[in-house]
Amino acid sequence: MEEKTFLGKTKHFLMFAGPAMVGFIAVVIIPFIYGLYLTFTDWGGIGNHKNLVGFANYITVFQDGAFWKSLLLTLGYVIVSVIMINIVAFILAYLLTSGMKAQNFLRAGFFTPNLIGGIVLGFIWEFVFTRTLPVIGQTLGIPLFEKSWLSDPTTAFWAFVIVTVWQYSGYMMLIYVAGFVGVPKDLTEAASIDGCTGFQVTRYVTIPLMVPSFVICLFLSVTRTFMVYDLNLSLTNGGPYESTKMAAMYVYQMAFNSQRYGVGQAEAIILFVVVAAIALTQTYLGKRMEVDA
Amino acid sequence: MSKSVIGGTKARVGHIVKLVVLFILLIAYMFPFFMVLINSFKRKVSIVRNPLSLIDTQGFYFDNYPEAFESMRFPLSFMNSFLITVISMIIIVLFAAMAAYVFVRTKYLASRISFGMMLAAMIIPFQALMIPLVSIYGNTLNLLNNRATLIFLNFGFGMGLAVFMYHGAIKSGVPISLEEAALLDGCNKYQTFFRVVFPLLKTMTSTLVVLDVLWLWNDYLMPSLILTKRDLFTLPLSTYRFYGTYTSDLGLIMAALVMTVTPVIILYLFLQRHIIAGVVSGAVKS
Repeated sequence: MEEKTFLGKTKHFLMFAGPAMVGFIAVVIIPFIYGLYLTFTDWGGIGNHKNLVGFANYITVFQDGAFWKSLLLTLGYVIVSVIMINIVAFILAYLLTSGMKAQNFLRAGFFTPNLIGGIVLGFIWEFVFTRTLPVIGQTLGIPLFEKSWLSDPTTAFWAFVIVTVWQYSGYMMLIYVAGFVGVPKDLTEAASIDGCTGFQVTRYVTIPLMVPSFVICLFLSVTRTFMVYDLNLSLTNGGPYESTKMAAMYVYQMAFNSQRYGVGQAEAIILFVVVAAIALTQTYLGKRMEVDA
Repeated sequence: MSKSVIGGTKARVGHIVKLVVLFILLIAYMFPFFMVLINSFKRKVSIVRNPLSLIDTQGFYFDNYPEAFESMRFPLSFMNSFLITVISMIIIVLFAAMAAYVFVRTKYLASRISFGMMLAAMIIPFQALMIPLVSIYGNTLNLLNNRATLIFLNFGFGMGLAVFMYHGAIKSGVPISLEEAALLDGCNKYQTFFRVVFPLLKTMTSTLVVLDVLWLWNDYLMPSLILTKRDLFTLPLSTYRFYGTYTSDLGLIMAALVMTVTPVIILYLFLQRHIIAGVVSGAVKS
């Protein structure tokens, strides 16, 4: 099947991988390298005139307190959301693998938010938080809901977390369901016969065997929540008073609103390095905890 | 005997409690959708006065729909979304399968380097590429406001995951003896691929179609940077624009949101099993 000559090899390779490589190189590799170059320039977004400025952009970034504040805020949002997403998803998956008749219907229902983009989900919830919940709060006299959650910095943060958990828990639930289904029945039965309670079976047999599912879900939820933009834009637009402006939105505005593309790209690279480091460390640690059945 | 009966009753009660809890939770999950749906059939005054009432004080009010349909130019945005999603998806799936095939079946240096680069690049988020992409395709090449540009960017950006997943599927699911037989029977390399290999990748293809269609149909950030002319807007773009323009016209907005969501929900009703299977196998394999 392999060609022997260099010309034959090249032709064979290009015949099959040519289009893929053109797209991949033009859209990922070149922009990535060019992006690194941009961080050393003062490009203002208009025309092609740029001056090399050395590490000036990186120095600006390190002195830009607002960026670090937004990165810290994002980190808090990611930690809270990821923990809640995975707890909710795991419990849903646990309940939905116990063999009830309606379980396929229920799984499909909890997954529904994932069919819809962040922009539309954000608008739907904006209506719920600003129009619906205050009416419920005033009618039933619940002070917590009387004011729109999106008008106060603290409640806006939690509103954002709630919508994120609502959105992704159904997705992660499906992965945990696959994990539960993949645990061999004879092992859990053997543990029950040996006198384990239901909780002990879950804790000492099922959960250790589901480490791969946890690794996948944590990786997916960390990378997605870290890079959140659409939902941020349509639900809170960073407000009130920039209290929910996450890192991705900060980078976007630095580049496209303030026209400081070099600084924006330097921040995008830093964001990328932080996310990649967290996601890969987490995956590496998780892989070491895997056990064989 | 009596013990097992008691155990049976207990288990049944537990089962019913579980079911009730889950259904209450599902209703809570669906509450936002339900709110938007009922309020899309009301006049603005009724929405503001009581968003919880099931129907308008003057009965069902349908006028929001035709008005929103017209002002957000729904058919045009729908067609833009449809074309961009379908064409991007087809070229991603086709060319990724071909590339993965040559990566698996040859030991060429180019194959190994290319596959390694694609794997490594999968961790790069779109946000790290958006500024240089706008600079290259906008300022240097002047290709913004063109559906083909967006399709090409989707194509390049979607390649990594698709090649990675086909790579695994070919390695584990396509017996090399079949290809050798086809070559002996006089098929050339393309015929072998399209008649023997590609049909065997059906399951992976449907997984990728699901993942890519959900991503492409709902994508906002990349299209918003490439397409700024209203005639080219996809559904998420025109929804966003519409929301900004009619902020206070709640009834219209509710109708617009319902119309944006409906196509995907209809698809979900018919292809639910495939969509869920696709999402699960996509996540587990990557």
